[in-house]
Amino acid sequence: MNSFLRIQAIFFKELMQLKRDRMTFGMVIMIPLIQLMLFGFAINTNIRHVPVGLVDQSQSGLSRVLVQTISATQVVNFTQNYLTISAAQSAIAAGEVHAVLVIPKDVSQRLVRHQSVGLGSPPASDEETSRPIAQWLVDSSDTMIASAIKGLRNMPLAELLNKPANLSTPTFQVTLFYNPEQRTVVNIVPGLVAVILTMTMIMFTSAAIVRERERGNLEMLITTPVRSFELMLGKIIPYVFIGLVQMSIILGLGYFIFSVPVNGSLLQLGAATMLFIAASLVLGLVISTIAKNQLQSMQMTIFVLLPSILLSGFMFPYEGMPLAAQYIAEALPATHFMRLIRGIVLRDVDILNMTFDLYWLLAFTITGLTIASLRFKKNLD
Amino acid sequence: MSLTGPELAIEARQLSRNFGDLKAIQGLDLEVEKRRIYGFLGPNGCGKTTAIRMLTGLLKPSAGSINVLGCQLPQDAEKLRLKIGYMTQKFSLYDDLTVKENLQFLAKIYGLHGKNQQQRINELLSIYDLNTKATQLAGSMSGGQRQRLALAGAVLHKPELLFLDEPTSAVDPENRREFWEQLFDLCDQGTTILVSTHYMDEAERCHRLAILESGIKRADGSPDELMANMHAHVIEVIADDIRALKKHLIGLPEVISAAQLGARLRVLITKKVTNPIEFLKQLPFSKSLSELAQVRPSLEDVFVTCTGEGRQ
Repeated sequence: MNSFLRIQAIFFKELMQLKRDRMTFGMVIMIPLIQLMLFGFAINTNIRHVPVGLVDQSQSGLSRVLVQTISATQVVNFTQNYLTISAAQSAIAAGEVHAVLVIPKDVSQRLVRHQSVGLGSPPASDEETSRPIAQWLVDSSDTMIASAIKGLRNMPLAELLNKPANLSTPTFQVTLFYNPEQRTVVNIVPGLVAVILTMTMIMFTSAAIVRERERGNLEMLITTPVRSFELMLGKIIPYVFIGLVQMSIILGLGYFIFSVPVNGSLLQLGAATMLFIAASLVLGLVISTIAKNQLQSMQMTIFVLLPSILLSGFMFPYEGMPLAAQYIAEALPATHFMRLIRGIVLRDVDILNMTFDLYWLLAFTITGLTIASLRFKKNLD
Repeated sequence: MSLTGPELAIEARQLSRNFGDLKAIQGLDLEVEKRRIYGFLGPNGCGKTTAIRMLTGLLKPSAGSINVLGCQLPQDAEKLRLKIGYMTQKFSLYDDLTVKENLQFLAKIYGLHGKNQQQRINELLSIYDLNTKATQLAGSMSGGQRQRLALAGAVLHKPELLFLDEPTSAVDPENRREFWEQLFDLCDQGTTILVSTHYMDEAERCHRLAILESGIKRADGSPDELMANMHAHVIEVIADDIRALKKHLIGLPEVISAAQLGARLRVLITKKVTNPIEFLKQLPFSKSLSELAQVRPSLEDVFVTCTGEGRQ
């Protein structure tokens, strides 16, 4: 009874302080709102309109038609013309264009002997059919752009030759589930819930105990009968609600603005989110018991936040990372929640089929709360 | 302790505390009677706060034993919490909560709720003259008001023993008088109070006090006892050139200190000299002395005499 009263006292005190701190209160709403707009519109892994240059050594009708056909794919945008290859190379180095298409003088000879045209008469030799008709020089330091241009390598030339398109039958049929239009934002929005919750939840609580210490309130608190775990719980609970509000903002706006569906059950979504919020808050508390001041707690938050964004599967697929990085990612609560929320929101999975991630978050929370309570000593030694 | 002896609220034996190489407290013996105001007098950095933190169970002593209200520290620290109140040197309630919210918070922490809580808070608001400030943020109040709020917070759960760490350092003299009246009221109601200070006038109000310097207790007793047992004569001198006289006097081994008070010079002379007035008159520059009188020692004289030993 008294224990409940003490948790309640801390809880209301935190709420009251949060209410008076307009800036923080505003951030609770503005962070998810603005980040959603930024990332929702900005992050796009379908590369379009890469600025490229052209070195046309043939200056023929054929070369102009070829350039138009490539432009029609919308992958590249021809913005510059260069007279020599060396001029083109320095333009790439200067960052004016990301790639340059070099069309050789003998492009028409190469084309008639190309395998997409057929053998002709006399029949082309193997050596002749294996000659590409033109060359791309690419700044491949950005792998995404490089692979977009590499995608042009086997561009069908049927249109160029007035042949009916799509004559070939693909080896495999591919059926796309859950995101058939291949919109990046569908994957981004649920992932953003994990990233933003990691950020705000850890940040708020990591400052919690440290702030009390910095302002001198801790010296008063530890002379009262309040117990460590009561202090910890009372400080965490207000932020659970804030976390749920933030999740609702992101998924709600994601639905209305970016048409990202919420396919799974809201109840399961709430449960998984609560679990993740608890894990993040507890991580913040552990940081709070280690850091000596608010600056240190902020640094430690960033230390956790960056891998949570980069390794959790939010930006890059988990499977693509080396094994060591996968182990690190596995330790982060964000990775597990990323799987859960994408599962629930996009694939309508029953979370009871994803028990590993659930148990992991639960274990993380309990371990963290124990560590934080043990580390928080009620004395000044 | 004999059966007829006074009941002790605090009993500490050979208490020491080191912070690395720094010896903050060395071999402190302390006996504080119940229902008394006990003072720690000493300069900044003499170990007053460290001593109080050990007696409240916030710091573990490096050596020695502590018994506070029958609780052995540091083992029974948690049990002691309900019986003691602690007012920290720096204001430690929440600046961004109102007076009433701060008190409500503390009341809940101490398990007071419903009618009892409301009643106790109203009582405190009127005792400490905070009724008109109840809805004001603590951070926006004056030093005197904040100090009254801090005291209200420290006594909310009616502790038997109250620790006050330099409670009046940010308060004007008017408010200080008022504050001490409130302390005597509490004492009258049966609370034992341990207060640290570096103001002589405050120390003089205590029933008993201990003079601390560099972590060592130099003297203890009631202010009257301390003044009566002082190891020095106090002579007030009027002279033509006081600054020059002072320079001459402090060079002498018999003179403990010389301090100017307006037109007079207050000279402390060790008790090894039996007749201090004759001693001063024999001095080569005695012609300039126009008036000599032996006066009643003050607590400041006691303080200077006690702490002087360490420096000589």
